[in-house]
Amino acid sequence: MKQWKVFNQLNKSTRANVITIGVIAIIYVLCQLLIAVGALSNLMQGLLVPLCYYSILAVSLNLTVGILGELSLGHAGFMCIGAFSGAFFSRLTENTITSPWIRFPLAIMIGAIFAALFGGLIGIVVLRLRGDYLAIVTLAFGEIIKNIINVLYIGIDGSGFHFSMKDSLSLGLAKDGDIILNGAKGITGTPNDTTFTIATIFLIVVYLIITNLVNSRSGRAIQAIRDNRIAAESVGIDITKFKILAFTLSAAMAGIAGVLYSHNISTLVATPKNFGYNMSIMILVFVVLGGMGNIRGSIIAAVLLTLLPEYLRFMQDYRMLIYAIVLIVMMIFNWNPACIAWRKNHTIKGTLLSLLKKNRKEA
Amino acid sequence: MAMLSVKNLGISFGGLRAVDSFNITIEKGELYGLIGPNGAGKTTAFNLLTGVYKPDSGVITLDGRNITGLSTIEINKAGIARTFQNIRLFKNMTVLDNVKIGLHNNYKYSTASGILRLPSFFKTEKLMNEKAFDILKVFDLDQEAHYLSANLPYGKQRKLEIARALATNPKMLLLDEPAAGMNPSETEELMKTITLIRKKYDVTILLIEHDMKLVAGICEKIFVLNFGMELANGRPQEVLNNPEVIKAYLGE
Amino acid sequence: MSFVSYLIKGVSLGSVYSIIALGYTMVYGIAKMLNFAHGDVIMVGGYVIFTVMSMMGLNPVIAVLISIIFCTLLGVTIERVAYKPLRGASSLAVLITAIGVSYLLQNIALLVFGADTKSFSSVITLPALKLADGALTISGETLVTIPICIIIMVALTIFVKKSRTGRSMLAVSEDKAAAVLMGVNVNKTIAITFAIGSSLAAVASALMFSAYPSLTSTSGSMPGIKAFVAAVFGGIGSIPGAMIGGILLGVIEILSRAYISSQLADAIVFMILILVLLVKPTGILGKKMQEKV
Repeated sequence: MKQWKVFNQLNKSTRANVITIGVIAIIYVLCQLLIAVGALSNLMQGLLVPLCYYSILAVSLNLTVGILGELSLGHAGFMCIGAFSGAFFSRLTENTITSPWIRFPLAIMIGAIFAALFGGLIGIVVLRLRGDYLAIVTLAFGEIIKNIINVLYIGIDGSGFHFSMKDSLSLGLAKDGDIILNGAKGITGTPNDTTFTIATIFLIVVYLIITNLVNSRSGRAIQAIRDNRIAAESVGIDITKFKILAFTLSAAMAGIAGVLYSHNISTLVATPKNFGYNMSIMILVFVVLGGMGNIRGSIIAAVLLTLLPEYLRFMQDYRMLIYAIVLIVMMIFNWNPACIAWRKNHTIKGTLLSLLKKNRKEA
Repeated sequence: MAMLSVKNLGISFGGLRAVDSFNITIEKGELYGLIGPNGAGKTTAFNLLTGVYKPDSGVITLDGRNITGLSTIEINKAGIARTFQNIRLFKNMTVLDNVKIGLHNNYKYSTASGILRLPSFFKTEKLMNEKAFDILKVFDLDQEAHYLSANLPYGKQRKLEIARALATNPKMLLLDEPAAGMNPSETEELMKTITLIRKKYDVTILLIEHDMKLVAGICEKIFVLNFGMELANGRPQEVLNNPEVIKAYLGE
Repeated sequence: MSFVSYLIKGVSLGSVYSIIALGYTMVYGIAKMLNFAHGDVIMVGGYVIFTVMSMMGLNPVIAVLISIIFCTLLGVTIERVAYKPLRGASSLAVLITAIGVSYLLQNIALLVFGADTKSFSSVITLPALKLADGALTISGETLVTIPICIIIMVALTIFVKKSRTGRSMLAVSEDKAAAVLMGVNVNKTIAITFAIGSSLAAVASALMFSAYPSLTSTSGSMPGIKAFVAAVFGGIGSIPGAMIGGILLGVIEILSRAYISSQLADAIVFMILILVLLVKPTGILGKKMQEKV
């Protein structure tokens, strides 16, 4: 009882944090138990880490789209930068830093920093553009990153790094040389350092970063810019600073997701499927369906929408079709004025109450 | 010395001279009214004073400092806060947060201490809450502190805008039609609040208003703008009885 | 000489982009929405022509006509079913719905036609033109594409300026609420805009797949994106802007493919877009907008 009292005294946002993290922890323990007794299929086990990095991506994009209110269609680009810079570092230091406990956190830091640099850069561009123009620039950015990585060759030998944008031969590596980034063939042999445990920890860390930010001075400034830019300026909010801050932070966390991704697979290549605009749009869909600005909702949407196609696997051919229809129907249900009015009159609580009344009358 | 001194301020949009040779001197602590028929350039004058538009000509001096051509943000930091004719609240945020955004530049801690929840976060947030509630109480909004600002009734939204502007600790407050859409009793109450905050926060006020009862009731001086130019300027009784002013309002 | 031939090829590809970009720009101007599914209408148009020609063995002209009719109906249906219920909702909600429609079209095509690449046989039978003793060859597709693009552009400009429907389009794009007050039927105007945009997409698909004959369920998305880039490039909402943007984009793409790197061509196109927008945030012919305070 005493504990409950303490819990109720916490302010609303802290309470929400405790609940969300508690639920994540419970799900984590449940999954581990299921794995231990062998009740979780290989397919599902393989999905655990992706669920975490998709959630991180959704949460981090929510910062730009939901909290800052700027539409970004290039989030996969930041993930791509994080994935490649992190994997590059791990491949490079695999033999010098043998302990994954040191190497992997460093890789994550590097992925986050590189992605953040590009996030800041896009943030500067963003200052001059609004709305749909911004959307198209971020989309273009994602495509540029993907294209450039596909023609980039980097190798190392005794004399240091070699770069090329033509092919691996023109790197001119010595015999003992090692091609780390091999153009469209990407990076192979990245150590598989990502585990479900680490991915869960980072999901919680990212979640805390965003929710704490939102409920702090800087987070309020970012939301003020979203709600009314002119009013925010009139009370002295530095628009430039906070827009760049939001973009940088959001990109850094997408970078973390990228590092988790690249250390969970054996061969890292940049294809339209994993880092193209389709991926960016997928993340945006998580954010919108989870509720703009609703961090917890982003995680729920990311998990459900990743599991949905898997559960529809028995109807293999139709699953993406159903996915598309679900998306359209949900958008119309959520946003159509007539549907909004209908929902107001037909809430679950309201329906239950009216049913109760009816029963009582009959009795 | 004058709190605000404006010399020869002007701006054109295309061929239209929206504000022309606008001169006004407001002493510290004064409550000045800016009136004029629709389209006279009142709000444009506000936008010039707050840096939303950059003037073509003229000099604006605030408390001895030349602020001409500064950005809206810098002008607010220099000490001018304003409200808007069409209310511009942070609609998806609570009443309390709206005021706390106003406090943004006066109570500081870093983004990192906010994310990491360092002691400075808790300390500063506590001070901010106290200050914000102080201001909200003045406007009788403290009961609604945790409401979304969009859910407030219209009159209270107008008040919240003033509260938010005051939170930036301004030397000079510009109110753009604070009584628009209010009923007579609400207007009455607003007049009291305006006189009260002037004393309590030691702030100089320039307000645009169409409600002549309010203007004549609380303003010490009135400036009349017509077609972007000065039509009259002085004590309320003189100005409001000026035949030119009556003509501009009522037509020939 | 090779430069001239690349240039012509670029203008030809650019003409196709222009025609697609018109669909984007008109819909954006009037419904203020980004119709992400526009590119996929092109893909559908391609499959319709493919079916009519290769499977039913009919004449190319008939195939193109059927495709135009089909796409027009498709465009109007999409607008009616998916977008109309969301009129007045946030632009992001509409954008996501458009993305849903785009997925839907792609997956229906995947189910009907399978995942393998279909080889599209050209609808244009005009022989290539050889100039300067064979040093310069202009393909039949190019010879048809460029004039068609010019005709469409001129016709559309006259239509918007002179016809009653065109003027109501302008009115809706300027101020929807005022247009309603003036007795313009906004729903009808938006439907007509979608019809025109989609029929243009069908024309573009015939021209594009004739020149680039591989057809899959995602064939429409990249040209769609690039055409949208072209529309933004030229200043979204502006018909001549779409033309200029499209042709510039096509020329830049072909030249960078030829002289810099074929893999980097898309990246270069996108980089130039970002640079243009940095210098001129509303595109080349776009109107500057300032929020009223």
